Amino acid sequence: MAVVALKPGYEDAVEIRDRKENFHGNQVVYLHWEEHLSFCAATAFPLPPEMPFGALTEKLIPQFYGMHPDFKSLDWNSVEWKIDGEPATPDMSKSLAENGVGHKSLVCFRTPGLNGYKGSCS
Amino acid sequence: MTPPRKKKMNLKQRYALMTRGLDWETSYQKMDDVFPYDTFEGIKITDWSKWEDPFRLTMDAYWKYQGEKERKLYAVLDSFAQNNGQLGISDARYVNAIKLFLTGVTPLEYQAHRHFAHLGRHIRGVGPRVAAQMQSLDELRHAQTQIHTISHYNKYFDGFAEFPHMHDRVWYLSVPKSFFDDACSAGPFEFFTAISFAFEYVLTNLLFVPFMSGAAYNGDLATVTFGFSAQSDEARHMTLGIEVIKFMLEQHPDNLPIVQKWVDKWFWRGHKVLGLVAMMMDYMLPKRIMSWKEAWEIYFTQAGGALFEDLSRYGLRVPKYADIATEEAEHISHQNWAIFYQYTQAAGFHTWLPNDEEMGWLSEKYPNTFDKYYRPRFEMWREMEAKGERFYNNALPQLCQTCQIPMGYTEPGDPTKIGFRDSVYKGERYHFCSDGCKDIFDDEPEKFSQAWLPVHQIFQGNCGGADLSDVLKWYHMDQGVDNMDYTGSPDQKQWDAWQAARKKVAG
Repeated sequence: MAVVALKPGYEDAVEIRDRKENFHGNQVVYLHWEEHLSFCAATAFPLPPEMPFGALTEKLIPQFYGMHPDFKSLDWNSVEWKIDGEPATPDMSKSLAENGVGHKSLVCFRTPGLNGYKGSCS
Repeated sequence: MTPPRKKKMNLKQRYALMTRGLDWETSYQKMDDVFPYDTFEGIKITDWSKWEDPFRLTMDAYWKYQGEKERKLYAVLDSFAQNNGQLGISDARYVNAIKLFLTGVTPLEYQAHRHFAHLGRHIRGVGPRVAAQMQSLDELRHAQTQIHTISHYNKYFDGFAEFPHMHDRVWYLSVPKSFFDDACSAGPFEFFTAISFAFEYVLTNLLFVPFMSGAAYNGDLATVTFGFSAQSDEARHMTLGIEVIKFMLEQHPDNLPIVQKWVDKWFWRGHKVLGLVAMMMDYMLPKRIMSWKEAWEIYFTQAGGALFEDLSRYGLRVPKYADIATEEAEHISHQNWAIFYQYTQAAGFHTWLPNDEEMGWLSEKYPNTFDKYYRPRFEMWREMEAKGERFYNNALPQLCQTCQIPMGYTEPGDPTKIGFRDSVYKGERYHFCSDGCKDIFDDEPEKFSQAWLPVHQIFQGNCGGADLSDVLKWYHMDQGVDNMDYTGSPDQKQWDAWQAARKKVAG
């Protein structure tokens, strides 16, 4: 639909604030642990696209999700991944970019059998 | 020789002369050049003289009424201060609701003042132009009286001192701020639809009734009084809102789809902003009035239902996603309070977990949802607190591109799944919390792709630094004082000392 604006040429003057170039070599990646809504929303991180996917499971997720009582029972081998809504089997040794994680991608992980405090999805 | 006494004009004549009589058709300049803003949105006005002035008030009468109200208000404020009114509130936790109001709502009154002043110059029809001028003054008065009223609390409690600065910078205050920025950067008819109709007419009771009754129930006489002082103005603002809608719809049939689109958009945006009020009602008032769900039922489902039935003769229908918003009334307050609880380190007011009695009240008010989805969450956090492991979310949340709220809302029909929506515009991906927010973006991606999202701005290095502490400094948040839980806060220490001193006096 054509833009409704006072002056012609508005669309060309638009400055998209969150272009990848504005993040100093990083890209924004969102993480979400399904059925654990005590984490109120997906979390956002500025990460280098060349970072290995495995750094998420080794470093980032333990650091930011490790306090949940379910975390100590988490078995990475049974985790189901989704990248931008599509089921995925990430290669831990390959980079985020090689695994198809782009700027502002959403990476969801589900842990079958672990569904929150007393099974409440919290 | 004394001149013969002139006959006094009657009210109708005075009104005609002092409003419509002040207008003229320009001859040296084209009217389109003098009023450049009121056509580009596509709203067709064939006859401005058909505007029915919803209230007949001239400027001289306006000054007189407002002056009287002002004198009454300031007399009450003086007495509140002299009698140490802050000691009479139900509990110091209550003050946090007022912090949210001053940082989140009062700056919007000032924004409204500015934009109605703009409309008071730029609307071609003299009737709505005069109405906008008066509303502009009302809004300035509301901002001032709110600041003056709340300044008393600033002497005794934390979190108030930097309110205009915080409004411009703090992550969750970008929610009300961007809401108003969106309206002010729209054309005049969309602004009227957004603020005068959707906000001041359809949703206003969900903002002011909870805050003012909340104040009354919790012993805050000062806030109740500014509420009363604003009430007659609000009545005028509401009639302006409804008149604008009817006028646009009566002027030309082509206006209907544009107006409907704006009503859909601003209903949804308003509903999301009011989630802050929902949380205030259900969690922040030590003495509760009614639940958010009950307020929604009375003020939106019933009152709004009657309104849209009345407007159906113009072809206008109930806002899109009203059913979804009604379903969300079961969840929004719990989900929002959970956001602030886990980000208490970055909140400009104090947080706490509901106690047993409060959880009992929530179970009773939300029999379908509280015990099943939200009580376990609070109980888990309570257990963690007891072990000395209070739950903090130390990562930043994903925000909705449109409403800018952390994407913590669940799928319609499934409160165990976060709702995710996205769109791609010019090769960039954008995320939304709901279909309502996605639709708004998809209709105007040029506008919303420019959003200043607090989380992304922190990552880009535009908010004082990369550490939380740097960002809070940039927010002017006094760390360990303004933020964190109520328990252990300087506010609590002060309040407990006052209560102890009272007990001593009472023997």
